[in-house]
Amino acid sequence: MSELVKDKSLVIPGEALFEGMDYLPGPGTYRNDKKIVSKYLGVAEFKNNRLVRVIPLKGKYIPRENDFVIGYISRVSHAIWQVDLNSPYEGILPLSEGTEEFIDLNEKSLEDFYDIDDTIVVKIKKVTQTKDVQLTMKDRRAKKLIGGRIIEISHTKVPRLIGKSGTMVGTIKDKTGCVIIVGQNGRVWLKGNNEELAVRAIKKVEAEAHTSGLTDKITHWLDEESKKVK
Amino acid sequence: MAKGLDIKLIKNGKRLDGRDMEEMRPLKMELGVLDRADGSAAIELGETKVIAAVYGPTKLHPQHRQQPKKAVLSVRYQMLPFSTTDRCRPGPNRRSIEIGLVIKKALEPIIFLEEFPRADIQIEIEVIQANASTRVTGLTAASLALADAGIPMKGLISACAVGKIQDKLILDVAGAEDSYGGADFPIAMINGGDEITLLQLDGDLNQKEMKPALDLAQKGCKILFDQQKNVLKNTYKVGDQK
Repeated sequence: MSELVKDKSLVIPGEALFEGMDYLPGPGTYRNDKKIVSKYLGVAEFKNNRLVRVIPLKGKYIPRENDFVIGYISRVSHAIWQVDLNSPYEGILPLSEGTEEFIDLNEKSLEDFYDIDDTIVVKIKKVTQTKDVQLTMKDRRAKKLIGGRIIEISHTKVPRLIGKSGTMVGTIKDKTGCVIIVGQNGRVWLKGNNEELAVRAIKKVEAEAHTSGLTDKITHWLDEESKKVK
Repeated sequence: MAKGLDIKLIKNGKRLDGRDMEEMRPLKMELGVLDRADGSAAIELGETKVIAAVYGPTKLHPQHRQQPKKAVLSVRYQMLPFSTTDRCRPGPNRRSIEIGLVIKKALEPIIFLEEFPRADIQIEIEVIQANASTRVTGLTAASLALADAGIPMKGLISACAVGKIQDKLILDVAGAEDSYGGADFPIAMINGGDEITLLQLDGDLNQKEMKPALDLAQKGCKILFDQQKNVLKNTYKVGDQK
């Protein structure tokens, strides 16, 4: 009945984290008899005296329901769009989920809405057991992205880039004046006059994601960098 | 395996390369040696040098190989032309296909394949320089590369070979011991001895030698496992989070 590793410490696959039945095995862990064991090379977290989980350091994005992701249209067929999600699994956006309006396919084609290589922010509606991913645009935040640029970061660093209730990305938005959309799949869309600085800030957050007090550090760094430009 | 040749493999109680019976060759491990791969690792065990890379999970092609409920492992083991004393012809051959398959079967039980239905996990093992024990070193490197790629695993695999020369059991077969020794017994274990996931035997061991040979292999796997743990924990340091 004890914790075998410290909270927030680095653990390796197969390392026992907790002995006893007081905690539940969370994401990234499994139960082996009375022990909770890590599945990943990652950081162990003990949550609210209930749950142990491991946040992996690396890995591919696996689609989860209700995530907002940035995707590229990879194929257009009769009544669906296929969307590349920076993941082993492609998303399917059916015609009925693509738009609110009625479409007469005799008059319009699907390319008029989203063509190949178009970039969209899209919500994951459903993920089946065999990882068929159904997407939907029927959400306030889902839209087609026009202009701007996209960078890719590791999806495991996305929570850090967003920060507690959006503080980190909020700071970068304020200081650079860019519009930034962060997809859970690690794709980040930016548009604004100061894109270059924002990209550097995001790369800095990704590189130093494991350090503490990062939001303050980035605020300070952005102030100094903007002074240099002037 | 040539037998009956009268070559003294033990001199003054030491092996030909000056090691004790239960001593491993100098060991070096490195993680993340390749930037392009999702995960990679390199291991040097004496003169045996192996590099392993992992790609995936990715979409599996051709589609008919896809499994609806789990991921498929594709393992390729290859010896580079300059890895041996006689140049070895590049490309797959009977031996490399077999070893690739054996390594695949050894890795399957430790990976949570059911988390990635229909996907493919590609593992590439390249032997840069060979001096016996390449399959076990390749397997150890592959399990490190898998951990580096962020693939969910039950634990790590460490593997070593036990041999027999002049009726004495030896750890980590090398050089002439492989060519003229009495047995080559490669063993892979999960987490340094929890479970055995690969066991082959070339040559012969009698009933009495079996148990000590397994104990010796476990000792070797433990050494490898400790080193694996160290390299994983030291490559990625997590800063002080207050």
